[in-house]
Amino acid sequence: MTSFALSAVDPAPIWITLQLATWTTVLLFVIGTPIAWWLARTRSRARPFVEAVTSLPLVLPPTVLGFYLLILMSPDAALGGLWLSLTGGTLTFSFSGLVVASMLYSLPFMVQPLAAAFEAVGRGPIEAAASLGASPADAFLRVAVPLSKRSFLTAGVLTFSHTLGEFGVVLMVGGNIPGSTRVLSIAIYDHVETLRYAEAHALAAGLLAFSFAVLVLVYAFDRRARVRVG
Amino acid sequence: MSAEGGEIEVGLPLEVRARIVLSDFTLEVDERIEARGVTAIFGPSGSGKTTLLRAIAGFERPARGRIALGERVFSDAEAGEFVPPHLRPIGFLFQDARLFDHLDVAGNLDFGARRRGRGDARFASGDVIASLDLAPLLPRRVDGLSGGERQRVALARTLLSGPELLLLDEPLSALDAARKAEILPYLETVTRRFGIPTLFVSHDLDDVVRLADRVLVLDDGQIAGEGPTAAVVEGLDRPSVAERGEASVVLEGRVLRHDARLHLTLVDLHGDTVSLPLAERLEEGDPVRLRVLARDVAIAVTRPEGLSIRNVLAGRVTSIRDQGAGAADVTIQLREDHLRARLTRAAVEELVLTEGRDVFALVKSVSLDRGR
Repeated sequence: MTSFALSAVDPAPIWITLQLATWTTVLLFVIGTPIAWWLARTRSRARPFVEAVTSLPLVLPPTVLGFYLLILMSPDAALGGLWLSLTGGTLTFSFSGLVVASMLYSLPFMVQPLAAAFEAVGRGPIEAAASLGASPADAFLRVAVPLSKRSFLTAGVLTFSHTLGEFGVVLMVGGNIPGSTRVLSIAIYDHVETLRYAEAHALAAGLLAFSFAVLVLVYAFDRRARVRVG
Repeated sequence: MSAEGGEIEVGLPLEVRARIVLSDFTLEVDERIEARGVTAIFGPSGSGKTTLLRAIAGFERPARGRIALGERVFSDAEAGEFVPPHLRPIGFLFQDARLFDHLDVAGNLDFGARRRGRGDARFASGDVIASLDLAPLLPRRVDGLSGGERQRVALARTLLSGPELLLLDEPLSALDAARKAEILPYLETVTRRFGIPTLFVSHDLDDVVRLADRVLVLDDGQIAGEGPTAAVVEGLDRPSVAERGEASVVLEGRVLRHDARLHLTLVDLHGDTVSLPLAERLEEGDPVRLRVLARDVAIAVTRPEGLSIRNVLAGRVTSIRDQGAGAADVTIQLREDHLRARLTRAAVEELVLTEGRDVFALVKSVSLDRGR
């Protein structure tokens, strides 16, 4: 990597990627936590179905996921139409659409570590909290969450880094619009296609080093994390 | 809450009329328990003791029936009422303590005190901490505590949450004998000192005798007996409940004196004297409760001499009951109290034991069940 190569790198994809990963992670904390809590505690028969749905993104090719998302998000479809009437914009080939797609794509990386952590906490401490006068929400916030805090970090870091590296879904749903949907992985692909290896190197090596560091950190920090990188 | 001055202490009635169906078990109870003093719920494992306690606390929801403390209804299946556990003024001490690992000891104690227990003058934190000797543990992390220490912290945490009824779910069963001996005096002290009505689940008869004033016997999801501890414990040799406890008697007496040289404590039983291994924490005049197993009592028709057994008490045979399998149960009236002896049928015939005959009871072992 030379200083020449670095200075020639367009920083926009990096910036977009970081924004996308941040939004995805924050929103998935909000959506994934209740799903994980429900999965860890429910005795409902619907549980295997919900579990399968949240794990599907691990096994499906990103192109399949992206293809159906593209169809769902088109202005004629339910989701796309709703979005259009609410915001006046389209979901496909937009940054918002990318966030929605990434949330689905990274859902297992948020839900699985959290559900495992909540299961490990078990009913014991929650019942103890209730017997001391703590409401369910109180027991969740003051007991379940603090007891699972390492897994919250794990889930957040995994979701963030998994979103950084996504390609197939982004390409299907967002395309390759500079400054809007051209994320890191697509920029690398673009550089390689156009034989600009120096720029590709700069981005690829950066992403590689970052992802490696993150995983080392996660594994060192949380022995319990069962990370199944799809 | 004091019985001093001759006032009669009247507890709230705890009404438990409930049918609870679990996947492999049904508990059916219809009972009014006076919530006063310590009531033991006794029975073998799997008899539904814990389920009953969990239903009172609100962790299990009865399919039918009503649970109420005084005027307050906690659950009424027919009326569709159910008060969730955190809104019931009930403290629950779990078998496994269930301390919060992310908080230190002080943090665990604060948890209860800051919620329901806020401003409850009955349980001042200084008093609770002092009576459980917790001051030195306050800054400690809970994962470094011993089993006995964990239960003490859990008990304090529960008290600080200001309960009106205390439920103890086999708090001693996870502990070895030494730890148990360490925590038992605290349980006794706390239930008396704070005068909180307590339900105590146990499958250990010794613990029941030591702690409880009244006993409720549970067998296979049904109430099988109820009454004052001494009476219930004595009735536990009927064939149907034979596995639950051995035939024994509970005797109440007072400490006469200690003999430091021989390492003995002498106890007066209404005129009869028995000796037991030195119990230093007792003082002269202290009331004690002793338990004597029927199999630890032998009978002689003349005063035996040259015998290693120290406790030889004169008495009279008042009944001989056949227990089947070649065994007989002989009741011996002492001055005021009585003992029971488990003999073989053959021995009864050889000694020509009959009701009314004067005999000597040889007591091989006496266990001290309660000493204040």
